Amino acid sequence: MLDIRDLHVKVGDKEVLHDINLHIGEGETHVLLGPNGSGKTTLLMTIMGYSNYTITEGKITFKGEDVTNMKAHERAERGIGMLFQRPPTISGLKLGKLLTAISRTKTEDIPELAKSLHMDKFLERDINKGFSGGEIKRSEVLQLMIQNPDFIMLDEPESGVDIENISLIGTAIGSLLEKDKHIVKRQKSGLVITHTGYILDYLETDRGHVMCDGQIRCHGNPREILKDIKKHGYKECLECRNP
Amino acid sequence: MPQPVKEHEISKADRERMAQTGIDFEMKNRCGSYLQMDQDVVHSECAEAGIEVLPYKKAMEKYDWLKEYAWNVVSPEKDEVTKYVAAQKEPKGYVIIAHKGTNNIYPIQACLFLGRELIQHVHNIIIAEEGAELHIISGCSSGEHVGKGGMHYGVSEFYVKKNAKISFTMIHNWSENIEVYPRSASIVEENGVFLSNYVCMQPVKKIQMYPTATLKGANSVARFSSVVIATPGSYMDLGSRAILVGPGSSAELITRAITKGGTIMSRGHIAGKTAGTRGHLECKGLILKDGIIYAVPEIEGSVVGTELSHEAAVGKLAQEEIEYLMARGLDEDEATATIIRGFLDVKISGLPEALQKQIDASIDEAEKTGF
Repeated sequence: MLDIRDLHVKVGDKEVLHDINLHIGEGETHVLLGPNGSGKTTLLMTIMGYSNYTITEGKITFKGEDVTNMKAHERAERGIGMLFQRPPTISGLKLGKLLTAISRTKTEDIPELAKSLHMDKFLERDINKGFSGGEIKRSEVLQLMIQNPDFIMLDEPESGVDIENISLIGTAIGSLLEKDKHIVKRQKSGLVITHTGYILDYLETDRGHVMCDGQIRCHGNPREILKDIKKHGYKECLECRNP
Repeated sequence: MPQPVKEHEISKADRERMAQTGIDFEMKNRCGSYLQMDQDVVHSECAEAGIEVLPYKKAMEKYDWLKEYAWNVVSPEKDEVTKYVAAQKEPKGYVIIAHKGTNNIYPIQACLFLGRELIQHVHNIIIAEEGAELHIISGCSSGEHVGKGGMHYGVSEFYVKKNAKISFTMIHNWSENIEVYPRSASIVEENGVFLSNYVCMQPVKKIQMYPTATLKGANSVARFSSVVIATPGSYMDLGSRAILVGPGSSAELITRAITKGGTIMSRGHIAGKTAGTRGHLECKGLILKDGIIYAVPEIEGSVVGTELSHEAAVGKLAQEEIEYLMARGLDEDEATATIIRGFLDVKISGLPEALQKQIDASIDEAEKTGF
């Protein structure tokens, strides 16, 4: 599904991602772990195609197609989607109007999907204006449901969300990633950033990666890595920086 | 039922231009209508009992007391425009009177159309008597044949009596060679509400106006909103003023201004003259192409207990917002237009749905061409 080779990324004049290699197969969901500021969000924004993340070297291939130089909307059209940790507030733009724009012609599902995420009363509200943490994430998941991407990046989907909402959001994301389908029938893939790991109760993940200082340092069983980090923090990872 | 507006003398193209300002020739959602082409009053009637739409001259002949309402809140000596209008032997324009306790569900439309003449002049008087509620949509446009250019001089005097309400929604659709000089003022009495909305999405050579509301009565309210786009060559000098005199009176002045190369002077002035008054002024500007947005917000408090505030911001579209929408699959142009549409979305509290829809439709029309 997604293949990243020898990727180097600059923000402004500074290189922030160094030599990233990552392969996510069809139906797989991977977890990206790492301390604050290690470059996890930068990697997701780069994959999404945000213009202030400049790829200086390397290649991103999606479903066999080179998307390295594509704009965000071209990547979205090809099936890349993202749940943003802190999406912008857009004054005057109603959530319902954006959902209609995303869905293009197929608008009939919007009311029902909005209801399933308890967002039906938010369709006439400005996007993210005055939304609580949980409402922001529910709005993000709702947009992704309409967009229906094949590869979904989730930037801390549980941050700022209470337990009740985590269950709602987690179940919805699980369904987006076809976790309710048999493993061999799953076609959707994902990449999740999490600090707490709560979201992993709803998403079985296949592989974990740890980022430190703009590099992917190690790979392994996601629960095992998370358990280790919870026990020792990122101390070992940071030590690993200068072996 | 109100009669359809006679349209035999109006070309299809001109009719379309008028329709863009909210003029409904079928009169399906209107209770009355006044249409003036250049200096000819083409149509003037109202089907709503207790509400009168009269040509200025006829109204003056009918009601002697109206004299006191003419040149009362606007001084004829104010400037060249008012002097010109006051000097006319055959004054034109309309008088709309909502008699005590009346209420129009469907708005009255007033269309001032500049076809051939160099100067169109009007003097309007609008009165909502005690407890009355009056909604007016005023569409001003010029014909496709005004090649040589023209000027519109308009004096409007509004009277909102005790417990009454007037909403006045003005949508302009002029052209690059038209200059427009409205001069208007209103007096709002106890518990009265005055709403003034202005929309101009189309080119105009020059527009200059500074409507003033004097909130004389206790707990009276005024809300001004302006939504404008200045194209290259357009010069828009727009302002609004509220003078808070009555105890508990309040005002809100809201502007959304976009320049695509033209100049916008966005003025505003709220004067708090009595304790317990409140006012807020807000101007947000977007510069899409090099042009000028000059915001001059003024708040003037002169007593203890008046509360006034303002916020003004001029800037560009946020790249983060554009890319957020692009990440959802909208291309750059679609994302930009969607954000601009949101920026221009001002919901006016207390405005009937039909009029809000008309304002929205006028902005949507501009969105179709990507602003």
